[in-house]
Amino acid sequence: MDINYTAILPEIMLSLVGICIMLLIPFVPRERQTHLGYLALAGIVLAFFGVAMGWGQTDLAFSEMIFQDDFGQFSKIFFLFVSTVILLISMNYLEQEKLFQGEFFVLLLFATVGMLFMATSADLIMTFLGLEVLSISTYILAGFKERERKSSEAAWKYFLLGAFSTAFLLYGIAFVYGATGSTKYLQIAEAIQASPDYSLILFVGLGLMMVGFGFKVALAPFHAWTPDVYEGAPIPITALLAVASKGAALLALVRILYQVFPDLSQQWQAILWPMAVMTMAIGNIAALTQSNIKRMLAYSSIAHAGYLLVGLTAHNPLATQGILFYLVAYAFMTLGALIVVQIVGRREEQHTTIEDYNGIGYRYPFLGIALSVFLISLAGIPATAGFMGKLFVFSAAVQSQMYGLVVIALVTSAIGLYYYLRVIVSMYMGEFKTEKIPITISMPLRIILTLLVLGTLYLGILPGSLLNLAEEAASF
Amino acid sequence: MLASYVPIVIFILVALSLPVVGLVVGRLIRPYKPHATKLMAYECGVDPEGDARDRFSIRFYIIAILFVVFEVETIFLFPWAIIYRRLALFGFIEMLVFLGILIVGYFYVWKKGALEWV
Amino acid sequence: MVDITHYLVLSTIVFSIGVVGVLTRRNVIIILMSIELMLNSVNLNLVAFSDQLQDPSGQVFAIFVITVAAAEAAVGLGIIIALFRNKETVNVDEIDLMRG
Repeated sequence: MDINYTAILPEIMLSLVGICIMLLIPFVPRERQTHLGYLALAGIVLAFFGVAMGWGQTDLAFSEMIFQDDFGQFSKIFFLFVSTVILLISMNYLEQEKLFQGEFFVLLLFATVGMLFMATSADLIMTFLGLEVLSISTYILAGFKERERKSSEAAWKYFLLGAFSTAFLLYGIAFVYGATGSTKYLQIAEAIQASPDYSLILFVGLGLMMVGFGFKVALAPFHAWTPDVYEGAPIPITALLAVASKGAALLALVRILYQVFPDLSQQWQAILWPMAVMTMAIGNIAALTQSNIKRMLAYSSIAHAGYLLVGLTAHNPLATQGILFYLVAYAFMTLGALIVVQIVGRREEQHTTIEDYNGIGYRYPFLGIALSVFLISLAGIPATAGFMGKLFVFSAAVQSQMYGLVVIALVTSAIGLYYYLRVIVSMYMGEFKTEKIPITISMPLRIILTLLVLGTLYLGILPGSLLNLAEEAASF
Repeated sequence: MLASYVPIVIFILVALSLPVVGLVVGRLIRPYKPHATKLMAYECGVDPEGDARDRFSIRFYIIAILFVVFEVETIFLFPWAIIYRRLALFGFIEMLVFLGILIVGYFYVWKKGALEWV
Repeated sequence: MVDITHYLVLSTIVFSIGVVGVLTRRNVIIILMSIELMLNSVNLNLVAFSDQLQDPSGQVFAIFVITVAAAEAAVGLGIIIALFRNKETVNVDEIDLMRG
């Protein structure tokens, strides 16, 4: 048997540390539970070392269950980075909300394990397990403020739609297995190539799998749960769902469509094209009318999933590269914006309407500048990461001669400008109301925000280094 | 083609006849002497309290949830046991790891007090 | 003989009952049961295909689906308990704090 532990070393590290924290939880006094976060941080650092040990190796480990390739390594680094940021902001958040429960960190680590498996899986069984490890952890995390109705409702809605979509995904997988006789990515691809008279079962399977992934990535028309869940969940978890969960499902979908079903690209492009158009249109138009900034960012994340889908539809090497670049850029700006939302929200997230941002730009210049940079980048204005990401993704679509799609993408991003700029306008033009609780920014959050701002600008001005990495990763 | 269903039909007939025969025979041969205490619903020998269609304590659900999870995980032992010899030491150690993780979960639940009936 | 189509038809019926149950029922527990029904129809499919193809990976998949479904149901029940403590209802129509 070909057991290759370095292929899953990061996952092993994360799981081990998660289990250790679980053993420690009953013995740590309540007020000190947040300190367990440092242990979780150590786990993520170990996982980074784990990735480094397998760097540059390519292999198909565990009886063709796990890919060890550049795409996988890139994704692993990306998810570990996102988890680090979310871990750091959630330690601050738990302290502020007085949620002294170390389980939060355990679930965060397990969710990360799920993401890593999804991005490296070479077998549909593994993809399913990764997805479920990620999903089950995030169902609980979304309802972590158990005393609060909104949070429980968010957890229920997320659970319901998540489980429902999983069933569709599995039903699709079962059909694909029946049509091709294997659950392994490469063998399915071979079986499809070998017999070009595709059976109906195969198409039904592919369609159902795309419905399942559509729910997970929050693509229209399967996006309806997103705003409610993002609004009700604790802010660090909103960030986790918007960036990591979406990213993991998208990268798994990239692998499945590009590696398993490249021969059916005409068929899935025909499904993805209208989905991309709808996702961009609904995300951007619905965001216009939102008064709660968490909901607005939820719709904005739907819109961005639409832009990523434009790249996915293009189906060429440039597209994979563009998607990877865009995902990193999207992570920087969305994480940054949500951290500002967390800081302004203060205790119990009481200040999350857009009116609460009136005049903040002058009163708190640091927050004002940071949020402006993130929103400008989300809107896709030049010299920011968001602009570069869109540029690469859309040019991939142009290369595949999908001019109509690109035109629609440009029009909808122009609509998007309005709601992003509205927040900036209210920050600098709105009248500042005296607040009961002043806004405080802790040192770690200040450092993270500064780094994210610099990262957003750096990727916008000098995208070369990340682009080269993405190019290496894009060759499966 | 229909012939392959014959065993199923026989099975259904036998399954249906068993309770019918049992009830009818019991009815015919048992003595019939009703009594207020005998007609009472049986609840572990204690006098029944209230209706069975009552709201149950949330504790029942928590115990049930834990039972479902731990019980279903044992399903992995079956395929493992079947090819135990082929997997040899490697399979044995892997199963110990799996059971170890389950025991950690049990330990956590126990220490958290979820098993205490307050 | 009973061939693969019979199993597929049966599993499609079970899956459809599950879908309709999730979409029309108002009681959260029954919704949970409907989801389990959908997952079990998947298992039926996997095992039927596994038998037809004479390939064990479908059965292995089914075992994983069963265990994951149990974990999912446990988490779902936990969420329902939390929801019930906050809201005292098991009716989905009353789970409506967020709109828009």
